[in-house]
Amino acid sequence: MIVLLLVPLLAPLSAAALTAALGWRRVTAWAGVLAALAVLGSGIVLATRIGDHSHVVAGHLLRADGLSVVMLLVIGTVGALSCWASIGYLDTELAHGHITPPRAQLYGVLVALFLAAMSLAVQANNLGVMWVAIEATTIVTAFLVGHRGTKAALEATWKYVIICSVGIAFAFLGTVLLYFAGEHAGVPSGRALDFDTLFAHATQLDPAVARLAAGLLLIGYGAKAGLAPLHTWLADAHSQAPAPVSALMSGVLLSVAFSALLRVKAVLDITLGPAYLRTGLLVIGLLTLLVAASLLVAQRDVKRMLAYSSMENMGLLAVAAAAGTRLAITALLLHVLAHGVAKTLLFLCAGQLQSAHNSTSFADVTAVLARSRTLATAFAVGVVALLGLPPFALFASELSIGRGLTRAHLGWALGIALLVMLVAFAALAVNTSRMLLGTPAAGAPAIALPATITGALVVGIVACLALGVTAGPLTHLFGTAATVLGGT
Amino acid sequence: MTAYSNVISLAAGGMLLAAVLIVWRRELRAMVRLLAWQGTAVAAVPLAEGVHHRDGALVAVGVAVLILRSVLLPLLMGRALRLAPARDRESTPLINTTASLLVVAMLTALAFAVSQPLIALESTAATRAVPAAFAAVLIAVFVMVSRRRAISQAVGFLMLDNGIAATAFLLTAGVPLIVELGASLDVLFAAVVLGVLTGRLHRGFGGTDLDQLRALRDR
Repeated sequence: MIVLLLVPLLAPLSAAALTAALGWRRVTAWAGVLAALAVLGSGIVLATRIGDHSHVVAGHLLRADGLSVVMLLVIGTVGALSCWASIGYLDTELAHGHITPPRAQLYGVLVALFLAAMSLAVQANNLGVMWVAIEATTIVTAFLVGHRGTKAALEATWKYVIICSVGIAFAFLGTVLLYFAGEHAGVPSGRALDFDTLFAHATQLDPAVARLAAGLLLIGYGAKAGLAPLHTWLADAHSQAPAPVSALMSGVLLSVAFSALLRVKAVLDITLGPAYLRTGLLVIGLLTLLVAASLLVAQRDVKRMLAYSSMENMGLLAVAAAAGTRLAITALLLHVLAHGVAKTLLFLCAGQLQSAHNSTSFADVTAVLARSRTLATAFAVGVVALLGLPPFALFASELSIGRGLTRAHLGWALGIALLVMLVAFAALAVNTSRMLLGTPAAGAPAIALPATITGALVVGIVACLALGVTAGPLTHLFGTAATVLGGT
Repeated sequence: MTAYSNVISLAAGGMLLAAVLIVWRRELRAMVRLLAWQGTAVAAVPLAEGVHHRDGALVAVGVAVLILRSVLLPLLMGRALRLAPARDRESTPLINTTASLLVVAMLTALAFAVSQPLIALESTAATRAVPAAFAAVLIAVFVMVSRRRAISQAVGFLMLDNGIAATAFLLTAGVPLIVELGASLDVLFAAVVLGVLTGRLHRGFGGTDLDQLRALRDR
C-alpha cells in the first residue's frame, strides 16, 4: 500500500531526472504528462480503497486520508492538462526564438519537481515535512515565473520569492511553537509534529502558545494561498508566468497551501475551540474577497483578471472554512476541484491569446470568437463555470457553501460575500464578453492552436461538464475528508 | 550549569546585537559580515545545548548550522554583492538611522511582550532568551521593508530565518532531524535563488534599486 503513496512522488521525480538527462524532447515532454497521470491514477486507486476509513495509510512520514486523496486528484488533473499544453506552449516559444533549448529543459525539470513537491505537501504526515514541501514549491516555481526572462517577469519573480518566503517563514515559526507546545504536553519529541499525535494530544496543548502559533500559521500559509494581506505577489506572478505554469499555480498551488491551513485548523480547533480561527478566517476571507473584487472591476488585463478571480475564490474558501461544518467542508473541496479545472482551461486559453497578440491587455485582445471558435468556446465554458452557473460544479459548491454558512449562523458573512461576489461576477462577465464578441479589426493576428493545447482544452471542457453533471462518486470521498478535518 | 546558561544568554544577546547593528550600518558589505556573526551566534545555541546534554547528534546539527549560517549563506550574499556596481553598495534606507533605532527599540519591547506565554509555559535559561530571537525576527522584517536594495532585502530575509532557527533551538532541542535538514536545504536554495535574481535584476534594470520595480500594477 505504501507504494501507492510513493508513486505521486517518484513518478514526477523520474520525469524530472529524465528531462535533466535528455533535454526537452518529445519523450521527456510526454514523460511529464505521464507522471501527472500517475499522480491522478494513484489518487483514484487510493480513493477506491478509502471506503469508510478515516485514512488508508499513515506511516511515519506519509499519509493518505480523504484530504490528501482529494488534493492528489486535483494535482493530477490540473498537472496532466498543464503538462500536455506545455508541449505546444514550448514548441511555439522555441519556434519564435523567445527561449533557447536549455531554457525549455529547465522548464520541463522544474514543472516535474513542482508536481512532486505538491504531492509531498498533501501526503506529508508531519507538519514540518509539509512545511518543507510547500517552501520547496516556492523555490522551484521561482524560475518558472521568471521563465520569459523579461524585466516584468523578473520583477514578478522577486516579489513572489520575497513575499512567499517571508510568509512561509512565519508558518515555520508557528510550526516550531506547536512543536514546543506538543513536547510540553508529553508527546515523545520525535513524533510531536505528526498529525495523528497532534490530534491525540490536541486538548493538552498550552492554549496561549497555541494561539500564537495559530496566528503565525494563518498569516504564513495564507500568504502562499493568496489570502490578504500578503496577497500582492499573486497577480504579478500569475500574469508573468508561462500560461501552463499559471494554471498550475492558480489551479492547485493555492489550494495546496490552503489545505495546509485546513490541516492545522483541524488540530487547533480542538485546542482553542472553533471561535478563534473562525474569526481569523472570516476577517481574512472577507478582506480577500473585497480586495479581489475591487481589483477585478477596473481590470484591463486578462491574466491579471484570472489571477484576481483565483484570489476571490480563495477568499470564499476561507469563509467556507470558517463555517467549519461538514457540509461547508465538503462543498469547499468540490469547489477546489472544480475551480482548479475551470481556471486551468482559462489560463491555457489566455496563454494562446498572449502568444498571438504579444499582449494580454483587453485593449489588444478583442473579437476572439470570430477568429478561433475552439478557443472562444473553451474560454466561455471556463468563465461560465467560474461564475457558478449551472450545470457546472461551482454552482453546487457555492450553493452548499451558502447553506453551510447559514447553518453555522454566519448569515451576515454570507451576505457580505454574496454582495462582493456579485460585483466580481459582473466584472468577469462584462470583460469576457468584450473580449470574445465583436468583429475583428483588419489585420488582427490569427490565433494559433497547437494540437496538444487543443487536446488539453477539449479534455478540460469535458472534465468541467463531467464534474458538474456527476460529482456523485466524489461526494463520499469529500465526506471522508470532511470527517478528517473535524467537520460535524 | 552557569557556563551553559551564560553561553545561551551570550548567543541570544549576540544575535540581537547583530540585528541592531545591521539596522545601524548602511554599507551592504558590513551587513553581510554582521549576518555571518549572527549566524555564528545562532549555531552557538545547539552547540552549547549539545555539549550540556551530552547529545552528539545535536552537536553535529550545530556544526552543520554553523557551516550553513556563518559561512555558506553570507558567502552567497557576498558573491551577489561583488557583482553589483560600486554605487549600489549602500543600502539607502527609507528611514533615517535615529528613527530606525527607535523603531528597533519598540520592536524589541514588542517581542518581549508577545513571547510571555512561552516563558510562562517553561522557564529555563533557554526559553528566557527567546524574546531576543523574536526581536531579531521583527527587526529583520523592518529591515526588509525599509531598505531599497535587493541585496539588503535578501539579507533581511536571511536574518529573519536566523531568528526563527534560533527560536527553534532555544525552545526545543531542535525540530526533528528530517525537518531541520529540509528546512536548511530550503533556505540554502532560497538564498541561491535570491543571489541569482539580484544578478539578473542588476543586468535587467542596471541597478538593484527596488523602487524601479513598478512596471506591474493595476492601473
